[in-house]
Amino acid sequence: MDAIILQILNGLDKGSAYALIALGLTLIFGTLGVVNFAHGALFMIGAFCAVTMQRLLTLSHVVVDESQTDFLGNPLAVNVPYVNSIFGEELGQALINWSVPLSVLLVIPVMLLVGWAIERGLIKHFYKRPHADQILVTFGLAIVLQEIIRAMYGANPIQSPAPPLFSGSVDLGTYLGFQANAIVYPIWRLVYFFFSAIIIAAVFAFLQFTTFGMVVRAGMADRETVGMLGIDIDKRFTFMFGLAAVVAGMAGAMYAPILSPNYHMGMDFLVLSFVVVVVGGMGSLPGAVAAGFLLGILQGFASMNEVKAVLPGIDQIVIYLVAIIILLTRPRGLMGRRGVMED
Amino acid sequence: MGILEVKGVNKRFGGLQALGDVNLSVKENTVHAIIGPNGAGKSTLLNCLVGKLIPDSGSVMFDGQSVLGRKPHEINQMGISRVFQTPEIFADLTVLENVMIPCFAKRDGAFRMHAIESTRHEGDIIAQAKAILSDVSMLEKSEMIASSLSRGDKRRLEMAMCLVQEPRLLLLDEPTAGMARADTNNTIELLKEIKAKRDITMCIIEHDMHVVFSLAERITVLAQGTPLVEETPENIKGHPKVREAYLGEAQV
Amino acid sequence: MLGLTSRDFTLFAIVCALTLLAPIILNPFPTGSALGASFNAGYPALMQRFAIFGILVVGFNILFGLTGYLSFGHAAFLGVGSYAAVWMFKLLSYNIVPAIVLSIIVAGLFSVVIGYVSLRRSGIYFSILTLAFAQMCYALAYSVFTPLTNGETGLQVYTSDPQVLMSPGDPVVPHLFGLQMNTAEVVRVGPWTWTFEVGYYLCAIMLIAAFYLSIRIFRSPFGMMLRAIKSNQTRMNYTGLNSRPYTLAAFIISGMYAGLAGGLLAAMDPLTGAERMYWTASGEIVVMAILGGVGTLIGPVVGSGIIKYLENIVSKINENILHQWFAALPDGLENVLIGVVHPFVGEGWHLTLGLLFMVVVIFLPGGLVEGGQRVGAMFSRKSRNASGVEADAAAQNPNTPAE
Repeated sequence: MDAIILQILNGLDKGSAYALIALGLTLIFGTLGVVNFAHGALFMIGAFCAVTMQRLLTLSHVVVDESQTDFLGNPLAVNVPYVNSIFGEELGQALINWSVPLSVLLVIPVMLLVGWAIERGLIKHFYKRPHADQILVTFGLAIVLQEIIRAMYGANPIQSPAPPLFSGSVDLGTYLGFQANAIVYPIWRLVYFFFSAIIIAAVFAFLQFTTFGMVVRAGMADRETVGMLGIDIDKRFTFMFGLAAVVAGMAGAMYAPILSPNYHMGMDFLVLSFVVVVVGGMGSLPGAVAAGFLLGILQGFASMNEVKAVLPGIDQIVIYLVAIIILLTRPRGLMGRRGVMED
Repeated sequence: MGILEVKGVNKRFGGLQALGDVNLSVKENTVHAIIGPNGAGKSTLLNCLVGKLIPDSGSVMFDGQSVLGRKPHEINQMGISRVFQTPEIFADLTVLENVMIPCFAKRDGAFRMHAIESTRHEGDIIAQAKAILSDVSMLEKSEMIASSLSRGDKRRLEMAMCLVQEPRLLLLDEPTAGMARADTNNTIELLKEIKAKRDITMCIIEHDMHVVFSLAERITVLAQGTPLVEETPENIKGHPKVREAYLGEAQV
Repeated sequence: MLGLTSRDFTLFAIVCALTLLAPIILNPFPTGSALGASFNAGYPALMQRFAIFGILVVGFNILFGLTGYLSFGHAAFLGVGSYAAVWMFKLLSYNIVPAIVLSIIVAGLFSVVIGYVSLRRSGIYFSILTLAFAQMCYALAYSVFTPLTNGETGLQVYTSDPQVLMSPGDPVVPHLFGLQMNTAEVVRVGPWTWTFEVGYYLCAIMLIAAFYLSIRIFRSPFGMMLRAIKSNQTRMNYTGLNSRPYTLAAFIISGMYAGLAGGLLAAMDPLTGAERMYWTASGEIVVMAILGGVGTLIGPVVGSGIIKYLENIVSKINENILHQWFAALPDGLENVLIGVVHPFVGEGWHLTLGLLFMVVVIFLPGGLVEGGQRVGAMFSRKSRNASGVEADAAAQNPNTPAE
């Protein structure tokens, strides 16, 4: 039992990331009718926002510290981050330690801008083109974005630690009445899961309770009718793309402590997220979220040694295998509707 | 015994009874029209005939053989062709190629791996295709890409694609829907010519009474998924049940 | 000729000439010159890649170009083809004939299974299914099938391998009945050096054969059916044609092309690894096809050639070479130019590739071949307008009485 709970937990963080990316993909597909292969790159850019935030906060200047001396007895020159000088030692250090959560503040404007630029500059011209063209041009864009990041940050993964408060592990088993050390789980992953849950809830609430969201939902149900109502759909499309970009970006930024950001992480997540979208049902938001968590948890289970002993290599392929089975038995995915992407 | 025999066909979509106990008999070499108000189940019935939908119960026999459970291409190979509401043609191919494909389908069946032979050497097929194009007076357009044709020409092309297979039954789903009066009249003329030239049974689903009364020899009126009457055009015009179906009971 | 129309035959003859004379054509600059070092592509290792990827994309085009089914997992067939070939080297001998035959057969079998399942869906669902299968092959090659694939080390031939058909005197590199693949004839004419290598010519002949077969398929009733499927599947079914076996046949044929390409890769260099099956490799195939022009005959050859050329040439350029190029310019301008160009060359090759890809999809959806045709049509219209205005005028007024 405790092993099962542990695996469910292990699947949660990956599942959360899949769900957030898949949510954005589905929003874009449902409203704009565009298949966005560059969405993984947006996730990756979000992760690098965390790196950037950390670098910004640790920008330093040289200060001569009179209280310390080097071996010749001269005052020691030390690098001091500007934040320390501005906010004082304690607060400055806290800011640096909390750079990953703080980077969300950076992610929002950056991703809105990036999303706006991509939608206005590129995607807009592809609304009426075949899906194959959309796939291809966004695939090209994904390559370009990841190469730009590589040119700026290099090819090696960059560590971005979680705040010290969350960086350890917690023995969840004792809370749940199991033996000590039965379920030890990194705290940051729990944080990530709750963060994702909040974002997902916020997106659903936005769509459910605002007029804007109502129009968007109507648009997802029937694009042509909404166009005929004379609602200025263009602006809303741009905003939706920006919103999806922000969701992907936040997912990426907060994932940085779990997986050190590298320039090709976007592509790796994109392929899986696409599988998630298709399994959930193209165009279904609840489907995307459910399938994200489902596949993440399945992957967790498949990584159990007991399972791998029976079915070697299953952890590597379980997602694809499930996708194949679901697509063949339920052609529209778990919650897909009729008539979406069928020609 | 008609060439097409529909007996006791029922079809439900969830709570909606789309077809309720439909019986229909289409005699060979006649033009049979199925009319009825919107939502009467005309299209559902047609889709049951061509294998797109499978009825919940009942039988559909074509020339003594059941069509139920067969795929659209198998039903076509039995001798049933279909013209769509908006012409379904191979838009990226030339007009001639559009007509050659059904010729191949007729000669070679549903699948044949002729990957090395050149289409240029298929003299019989080309001659056959050109003959039918000249029948619908489109021979001079045979090298055009089909998507560049006018709507009327697309309709003619689709007819030609169906006719070149020499089907025994031609199903037409609102062949004049959305057409201007002149185009409608052209289509009527085209269908009359076709009927005059060869032995063919036609089953037309149509809204436009002008078309129906110009062509049909028998008319079935469908309302709420059930046939009301089957009569000759003369007898249909004043039929009280038909007025009832179209105008609503309040008017009677 | 050869059962082709004169137009197709001309195209075929051009491709034959280009591939057979490639060692000369691709070395336009004297050997040892600065330009030659940067831009000459007439060395065997690169030319082999031109031909092999040409075969791969010609085959991919039979599926994507004709039927419109976008496979995002085509590299899997290349990968299994390579593994099959290396296994033949390990078990039998370095003779390439059984290796290539088996690589085609194995890729064919894989494509039967993957195609049978994936083709039950169309559109993006088909793309995702093929992608899922290819990723599964990739993941399994690294895990469960390590005994067959040798995992991350990659599969290669060891002296301890059985090689049951090897006699003591046989070559220990891939060969065709004793003719070694790396045998090369080097010809020097003036400042030029041309290398004619057996391995390249094997690939070239295979490319020519593959290209010829693809012309025949394009012009056959089968090819017409495939285009019909791309155009309108509803009409296809209501015309009494079963589209499933047609698409499956196209899928298998293109899978076998990929198997052949994989076998040839192994025959040129008898080792292989799972990274050949990674989905970026599949993406590269799609890029090549799109760049050249999907659904055209020559497009795949052009597209694969350009991508492989750029990959090799652009990624070789480094800052020193740039300094040489722009040395004549004033220093300030030189540095600015180098600053502009530098991100796109060397390690930045993928950036150039991505941009090139976007530009083609945005501005030239038909690929370079269609772009070329458009430019050609523009010129021919201009020249006709210039010379034929009077003739056109006369044609428009046939009733005007002659004076």
